[in-house]
Amino acid sequence: MKELNITLYKTMYMIRKVEEKIQAHYLENEMKTPMHMSMGEEAIAAGVCHALKPEDQVLGSYRSHGIYIAKVQETDKFFAEMYGKVTGTSQGKAGSMHLLAPEAGLVCTSAIVGSSIPVAIGFAFANKQTKNGRITTVFFGDGAVDEGVFWESLNFACLSKLPVVFICEDNGFAVHSPVSERHGYGSIAEIVRKFDCSVFQSDSSDVQVIYNLTKNALKEMSNNNKPVFLYFKYYRYLEHVGVFDDFKAGYRPKEDFEKWLKVDPVCMQRKKLVRLINEGKVASLEKEIEDRINLSKTRAQQADFPDARIACEDIYI
Amino acid sequence: MKRMITYREALNEAIIGEMRRDPRVFMYGIDVADHKRTFGSGNGILEEFGNSRCFSTPLSECSMTGLGLGAALSGLRPIHVHMRVDFLILAMNELTNMIASFSYGSCGKMKVPMVIRAVIGRGWGQSWQHSKTLHSWFAHIPGLKVVMPSRPSDAKGMLIAAIRDDNPVIFIEHRWLYDVVGEVPEEALTEPLVGSRVIHSGKDATVLAVSWMNVEALQAAEVLEKHGISLEIIDARSISPFDDTTIIDSIKKTGHLIVADYDWIHCGFGAEVATRVYEKCMRILKSPITRIGFAEAHCPCSRPLEVKFYPSAIDIIRSVEKKLGLSEIDLAQEEFYSYEKKFKGPF
Repeated sequence: MKELNITLYKTMYMIRKVEEKIQAHYLENEMKTPMHMSMGEEAIAAGVCHALKPEDQVLGSYRSHGIYIAKVQETDKFFAEMYGKVTGTSQGKAGSMHLLAPEAGLVCTSAIVGSSIPVAIGFAFANKQTKNGRITTVFFGDGAVDEGVFWESLNFACLSKLPVVFICEDNGFAVHSPVSERHGYGSIAEIVRKFDCSVFQSDSSDVQVIYNLTKNALKEMSNNNKPVFLYFKYYRYLEHVGVFDDFKAGYRPKEDFEKWLKVDPVCMQRKKLVRLINEGKVASLEKEIEDRINLSKTRAQQADFPDARIACEDIYI
Repeated sequence: MKRMITYREALNEAIIGEMRRDPRVFMYGIDVADHKRTFGSGNGILEEFGNSRCFSTPLSECSMTGLGLGAALSGLRPIHVHMRVDFLILAMNELTNMIASFSYGSCGKMKVPMVIRAVIGRGWGQSWQHSKTLHSWFAHIPGLKVVMPSRPSDAKGMLIAAIRDDNPVIFIEHRWLYDVVGEVPEEALTEPLVGSRVIHSGKDATVLAVSWMNVEALQAAEVLEKHGISLEIIDARSISPFDDTTIIDSIKKTGHLIVADYDWIHCGFGAEVATRVYEKCMRILKSPITRIGFAEAHCPCSRPLEVKFYPSAIDIIRSVEKKLGLSEIDLAQEEFYSYEKKFKGPF
């Protein structure tokens, strides 16, 4: 239990610090890629990804810094991609919105809302077909539920009993539009419950709650062979795209943020960890992660830009 | 003895052969496993391979295209079938935003060995949502290979090559071609997915024909031959990537080019071909390049209107006459549109 809590904290801390590093340096205009930040949702990425086996697959959207760190557990290639360098995850071709690490199971992220959802059922279909025991998970926001392809994919996954976990991270906004302007129904989870799948939901920002819920969901999947839908509430700390908050824009009150900040996932887990292993040990874990992030950023800045010729490579293979 | 089979049988042989050879190959799509089996091209496949490798899907083109992508990235080799290319418009996001760029975005680490078969329609009053071709749309996107075989041997060889190819291939089949008979080798030979082919040698003018227009061009050649004019016909076969070597060589010989496309002309494949030919052959062209294609309208239902919409052998003959400065041949004794009379629907 102690080890698990340490692991979960380290992952969440890494996600938070990576993004704070981006925030601190974004205005230097060296990282020229649109940043959709994960701050506030660290517990979901860490809790779900740690509940998976290493060989299980993860798919995400353009807001995937969190799941990248949680699943891949590295920051060198990550920062290099942010800086557009040849040492990045896609040699600088992809940027922040298309992070990829197939060797670590992060097999697809996509910048068009909802687009990776059907791809996830394709992975799940192949896993089922080849009976390899892998689970596929796909993260998306509540905006993706507005896309028809979500319902098409959910329908087929339920029909075919695919080993896939849909993870809806509901922050209440699609870009800047609130649920009240988008949904002609009350609850996403209630509608999904009508399908032939298992639905689990939580609005907790306690990473252990999310981890346990995911473990239970996976256990249920192995018993009944039905897809799983996980529905989590969280609060997006920053603007839709960019490194600042945007409370001045007036579409969401700062009081909402302050309410969620009281249950900030990283702080909550830190408090728990201090009780478990003491302040000094936590600080030294944190230092280790910060050093690693600093080094990754420096390496990324020092790395070469890709040779222009690769701009036209790998169209066909 | 030559082995003569239909285009439909050639497609069927290619799929069955590849599914026997490679257990990763599977075929799916709307009504793929119904009693009609995609105009007969899927006959016997469900019976031999079962419903895990040959299945019908919900009417979810977009999601099912993404499913193919995920399956292909996982190492399977999906063949996704569409009874009409028009239905692929519902899947354009997965096709262009996802499938086309996957190899690129992963720096070649992830492959998309997926075949998308799309049937194009004509006749029996299909109207405007069952009659498009869209190859220029697909060909416009880097990362998608687009092929349109017109002969049974190419149907078999190119489909085998497409299934074995590690890239996404859009394989466009004209429904009327399904009944065309040709010599097809028994063995599983592959045909290249790039490069066009001279299917009729001639010296007076070149016709580059797309899909069904090869049948029309061959008929035009037959008529013109009676009047001492010889047409060179090149089957474009591959729209993307497009290798212009064969066409350039032919123009060096004939000096005249007609692009007989099976699509609208504006911003189409013919414009691409014409530009390449002008770039490389401007000084040897003896006449401006002519483009033939669909009328600039939506496909109408009624028979006489449909005849007006689609280009035909007659349009090719008239273009050749103009190019060569000949007077109009009397076509009263010729029989055109024979396939229209053959086809009895219903869809």
